[in-house]
Amino acid sequence: MELLKKYPKLFQWLFLLVIFFALCFAIDVPETYKFIRGQAEFIKDPNQSTYTLFGAEVRYYAFDTLWRLPPLLGWLPIWVNDSLFFLLNEWMPMEFWNEDLQEYRTRPLVLQITRNITASMTFLIELIREILLGGSKTVVAFTSWDWIDKNPWAELPGLPWTIVAAGAVILCYKLSGKGLAIFAGLVMIYISVFGQWKPSMQTLSFILVAAPLSFIFGLSLGIMAYKSKRVEKALYPLLLVMQTMPQYAVLVPAMVLFGIGDHAAVIITMVVAIPPMILLTLLGLRAVPSEVIEAGKMSGCNNWQLMTKVLIPTARRDILIGVNQVIMVCFSMAVIAAFIGAKGLGWNLLLALNQLNIGLALEAGLCISMIAILLDKMSLAWANKQEDYFGNLTFFQRYKNTLFFAGAVLIGVTFAYVGTFLFKDNFNYFSEIPHNKGLSFADFWNKGVDWIWDTFFQTLKIFNTWLITEVLQPMRALYLRMPAVATLVLVIGAGYIIGGIRSAFTVGGLALFIALSPWWDRALVTTYMATFGVIASCTIGLTVGTLCQQNKYTTKFMLAVCDIFQTFPSFVYLIPVMMLFGITDTSVLIAVIVYATIPATRYTIEGLRSVPPALHDAATMSGVTKFQRLINIEFPIAFPHMMLGVNQTIVFALFMVIIGAFIGTEDLGQYILKALSDKKGGGKGLILGICVAFIALIFDNLIRTWVEKRKKHLGID
Amino acid sequence: MTDAVIKCESVYKIFGANAKKMLQEASGNVDAKTFQENGCIVGVNNASFEVAKGEMLVVMGLSGSGKSTLLRCISRLTDATDGKIFIEGQDLLSLKNKELIELRRNKMGMVFQSFALLPHKTVLENIAFPLQIKGIKTEDSINKAMDMVKLVGLDGRENYFPRELSGGQQQRVGIARSLAVEPDIWFLDEPFSALDPLIRKEMQDEFLRLQGVLKKTIMFITHDFDEALRLADRIAIMKDGIIEQLDTPAKIVLNPATEYVKKFTEEVPREKVLKIEAVMDPVDDVKNLSDLKVSKNEIIENVAEKILTQEKSVAVIDENNKIVGTVHPSKIIHTVFGGEKK
Repeated sequence: MELLKKYPKLFQWLFLLVIFFALCFAIDVPETYKFIRGQAEFIKDPNQSTYTLFGAEVRYYAFDTLWRLPPLLGWLPIWVNDSLFFLLNEWMPMEFWNEDLQEYRTRPLVLQITRNITASMTFLIELIREILLGGSKTVVAFTSWDWIDKNPWAELPGLPWTIVAAGAVILCYKLSGKGLAIFAGLVMIYISVFGQWKPSMQTLSFILVAAPLSFIFGLSLGIMAYKSKRVEKALYPLLLVMQTMPQYAVLVPAMVLFGIGDHAAVIITMVVAIPPMILLTLLGLRAVPSEVIEAGKMSGCNNWQLMTKVLIPTARRDILIGVNQVIMVCFSMAVIAAFIGAKGLGWNLLLALNQLNIGLALEAGLCISMIAILLDKMSLAWANKQEDYFGNLTFFQRYKNTLFFAGAVLIGVTFAYVGTFLFKDNFNYFSEIPHNKGLSFADFWNKGVDWIWDTFFQTLKIFNTWLITEVLQPMRALYLRMPAVATLVLVIGAGYIIGGIRSAFTVGGLALFIALSPWWDRALVTTYMATFGVIASCTIGLTVGTLCQQNKYTTKFMLAVCDIFQTFPSFVYLIPVMMLFGITDTSVLIAVIVYATIPATRYTIEGLRSVPPALHDAATMSGVTKFQRLINIEFPIAFPHMMLGVNQTIVFALFMVIIGAFIGTEDLGQYILKALSDKKGGGKGLILGICVAFIALIFDNLIRTWVEKRKKHLGID
Repeated sequence: MTDAVIKCESVYKIFGANAKKMLQEASGNVDAKTFQENGCIVGVNNASFEVAKGEMLVVMGLSGSGKSTLLRCISRLTDATDGKIFIEGQDLLSLKNKELIELRRNKMGMVFQSFALLPHKTVLENIAFPLQIKGIKTEDSINKAMDMVKLVGLDGRENYFPRELSGGQQQRVGIARSLAVEPDIWFLDEPFSALDPLIRKEMQDEFLRLQGVLKKTIMFITHDFDEALRLADRIAIMKDGIIEQLDTPAKIVLNPATEYVKKFTEEVPREKVLKIEAVMDPVDDVKNLSDLKVSKNEIIENVAEKILTQEKSVAVIDENNKIVGTVHPSKIIHTVFGGEKK
């Protein structure tokens, strides 16, 4: 009894587990149950039951309700799909002027709106693309194809790569100094020499459209949320879901609304990039000291002046960190958006992976990674740059960067002009090095892969087989063996113990949504893969983080490594694992582990670093050994922060698992991939994405609630 | 008083959802505890006072006493829950937003505890900020700001950024900014509290020098009783939102109105605070005085030694050399060592 009073939580947990296992053993596996026909598959099979709701017929395999809940939400994807279809093709037909046909045509409103957005996006992308690469579509947009045929000079020539490279170097020099400028120069030369110029510029033009637009929308929405509690409350759940939804899943509904191609990719990129911008804007504005706002008010600022002259400049750094986030999200989306036909590096990467040409994929991936690092460092340098005073500089000092760039343009143009005489066969290497004329080590890499396969095939295969049969299969079976009711009880119980009734309702609701959707079994597989990844990542991250934290230099080194790895778009991680492990679940899991170890390591280091030095000293003066200090002082205090790392690890792992569908898994991701090629996949893709987001949010809610309580208990901020 | 620049009539500020309703029900008898039980926090409780033109009123109180809230009500950075506030006869609470902005642009200046400088602007730009907000031409505003830079003694640093200045220098910028529009009313919210003791003393001297030249109407907030005594024409001592006592420093030191005020005055070295005027007796026998004459405005400490060497009472004179009172040496001894001091 006394023990019960001393550790009430412990007994609550024990009680919960007892119930959970009792339920697991009490509810038998139905004989007809087979994973692959888990529940609702939209195929016809006489063994299926059906029901009709809201005009949608849902077919599913009926089981004991305790074993698997019937997919009562099965109508939702169909309904979402039908609604989208209705909105696009039937709702509010109106007369619109058709430029091509020169007459009024009846078109549904939403279709017209989406087509207009699409058109303007396409125009923007083409404009920037043609400035960088040359072309005539922009001119056509203002005139006509006939006009171009008659006036062949009217084509945009495209900037020679030398000018773009010089521009990047000068910008980097201005933002940060020599180091970054040299790095930028090397990256640019690499891109050019290896013949990746065209796809890189295509990707860049995509970012140059998506990032500023996301910034503007994100900033405005952030300001609105700052000014009105109501807007904030309305936005908050959306932001949460968007942050945890795999980027991959958002592609599907976008495809339905906006079709396939760069424009659709830009729009969907904005949808993904705006939420972090909103959050960081809000964070930055909130962090402006109240006295600074009062000082602004007492200086007689009206609302507009207060926002533009006081609040935004004071929150400058946070807002620019938001810009950094926007750019990075845009970049990783630019790669993933290859799935819906966005051109550029992602497209090349996808093609190479599809052909299993690891060498080519590696080159494209390297290029992507380097550009990612460059963009990240540049935008961070911008955020951290402090303003300088210009009043007392001479004309030359003030405009030297502009002057240098003007010089670079002149030289670049001259070179390009000379190049037209110098090089034969219509290739002007001073303007652009075409893809097939650049250097390529693809064959070398491919041979390397072959060599690895030849040499280590047996070892790898043994490892692979062992992992799959001894660890993964049993684990998966265990997850699938859980009756739905038992899982729900476990989740709700955990919510109740950690956060009380409120948390129980939230996580219960989220879990119930997934349970009632047609994809419970798939969700279990996703969770099992993520769980495996998270356990491995946390173990590695914790160990590596703790070891590195013992020394100042290793700490710094490790954080830098984390920074760099984090900038890579998740898709890139698939390349090396495919190289080593081929197309198996093991590959996906290893990619998951590598990717998810980043936040685990980072948060461990940060958590340990946040232990106040006074405590360190106090502990040392009490005569503890290093190990005792770690166990008794540092871990308990750093633990809440480390748990936030676990939270991030879960989100990262889920993202990677979903992307892993590309290699071939049997989870929700696979369905999302299928939905991508399904004409009626919009609703499915969206609901599947929401399911993944909800898995993440269940853990997010539990961990955050616990961390907040714990922090309060420890008296940390 | 007709020349009252700031006038408050039973001002209340109560934080909480149904503050207004609770206040109406309480009908002027606000008890902080019952309010707190109902989820309301009393910031300012029935404050009534006036500040005359050119006067410096120091509001003294510990943290949570409502002194900053009171100041924010009068500058209308927050709206008072109830009561009336007049600025030069204008009803502050009835002003529309535009009129309020006009009032702040022309009549009010405010200095903040944490300086509240704009990090992205130089010293000069910070000082010129209120002028530019007002719509004054860049050149004029920069000239004016330059004058201000000189006034607070920051010449040569006008192109520095706030991050490059020490705390004392930053507050000089804050002071210069608040004075740039030449306001009649000057609010200072614990302007020296964030500074080191030595710098604080220096800034107080500087502040007194400025006030000697500018003669603004001032509300000065502080939690430091010594600072209040040094600077104030009158002191208001606040506790839990209530003004416990509002009087001249001398009267507060000699006659603390409540036990709470007494706690502050007990430790005060009177000879350093009081002027001769505060301890002199009325003139009864002009003949029986020593030859020494002291001004009524002298601080006791400065003349104590001289007076104590006399045997007879000493004459106290005013600015026109007229005898207005007498002080017997024993009175000085009583003031310094005796009295109610424990």
